[in-house]
Amino acid sequence: MFTDDSPIFQQLADRVAEDILNGTYPEDTGVPSTNEYASFYGISPITAAKGMNVLVEQGLLYKKRGIGMFVAPGAPAQLRSERRAAFRDQHVAPLLREAALLGIDPQELAQMINQKESS
Amino acid sequence: MTHALDIQQVTRSFGRTAAVDNVSFQVPENSIVGLLGRNGAGKTTLMSMLAGQDRPDTGTVTVLGDKVFERANTLSGISYVRDNQRYPDNYMLHHVLRIAPAFKPNWSRELADELVDGFRIPAKTKITKMSRGQLSSVAIVLSLASRAPITLLDEPYLGLDVTGRALFHRVLLDDYQTHPRTIVLSTHLIEESAALLDRVVIMDKGRIVVDDETENARDGAFVASGQTDAVGRLLVNHRILETHTVGALASVTAAGTLDDTLRQSARVAGVQLARASLQELVSAYGVNESTSETKEKVRA
Repeated sequence: MFTDDSPIFQQLADRVAEDILNGTYPEDTGVPSTNEYASFYGISPITAAKGMNVLVEQGLLYKKRGIGMFVAPGAPAQLRSERRAAFRDQHVAPLLREAALLGIDPQELAQMINQKESS
Repeated sequence: MTHALDIQQVTRSFGRTAAVDNVSFQVPENSIVGLLGRNGAGKTTLMSMLAGQDRPDTGTVTVLGDKVFERANTLSGISYVRDNQRYPDNYMLHHVLRIAPAFKPNWSRELADELVDGFRIPAKTKITKMSRGQLSSVAIVLSLASRAPITLLDEPYLGLDVTGRALFHRVLLDDYQTHPRTIVLSTHLIEESAALLDRVVIMDKGRIVVDDETENARDGAFVASGQTDAVGRLLVNHRILETHTVGALASVTAAGTLDDTLRQSARVAGVQLARASLQELVSAYGVNESTSETKEKVRA
């Protein structure tokens, strides 16, 4: 369920962040506990806790003692602005590189994007 | 913090062979540790000494802050079922389940029942007639239901079917969360158990070659693949652990950390880099340094 490319705790943090961004866990609602994630993914509870703490340190989750962890107000907006900043490098640049390799000119590329949008 | 297990300069020889050769390491309390390495690396010898069933020629073994050999107090806190555990000839499952609580103060009958049911262990078969997988199931029931502060699992998966292995993982994690304990697990099914392990101790020829948190250990090696000569040039200053070649292509596991400089050079050279999986790491450390002729190909 996890790949070998990066540490498991990082991959868990990324997945929970993804679920915060796409609205699975809205602001101020609880996310599954460390133990629930550990059991669900079959990973060590220490690893799961490390992953959740990444999000706490980034201010995306907050802890309520004895109750659990909750999505911080503003977390989706924070994630969205971080990911938008990285979008150009991570997604647009490779797209343009591949398009150039295949001889797809910017106009044709724009056309493809528009077609996809309207389909 | 005190260590649950503390091994200092332990050596244990059989005849002229040092099965465990001047080994030192500690295991923090309430962690899950993988004891990994090839057959004959010394894993079982080490576990026997941790369990007080054997003692070192030299060095000290401290468990839960106390000596272990012939110490009833310490031993009651340790669960160890050998991979070739023997049972009295006429014993069936119910005999074992009736006796176990007498030795294990934290014994959980509910947990034992759940596991017996899940593994479908036959009630009316003598243990001596059980299959390898059924024997492993009995061993897992004894190990986990004991809820011992120190749980030593030597090759718990032998012969176990895929459903049984998943059950073992699930129950181990669930019960560990409600009843934390220190678990040492030796196995060759590394990919399956990697995610469970907080720490790994990798042994080879009686010595410890890696002792670290799992993710840190994995940062200590990487796999480079591409044209053999390009890989060779890239890794000219690295310690090569294992090499596979096919035609003009090579895939090499090397010691070291993936940094930006190396990634940059690899991109230029057309070599792909990846973090080593735990399995690749263990495999690489088990390769004989002297007999790796393919290494020469990369070095040439």
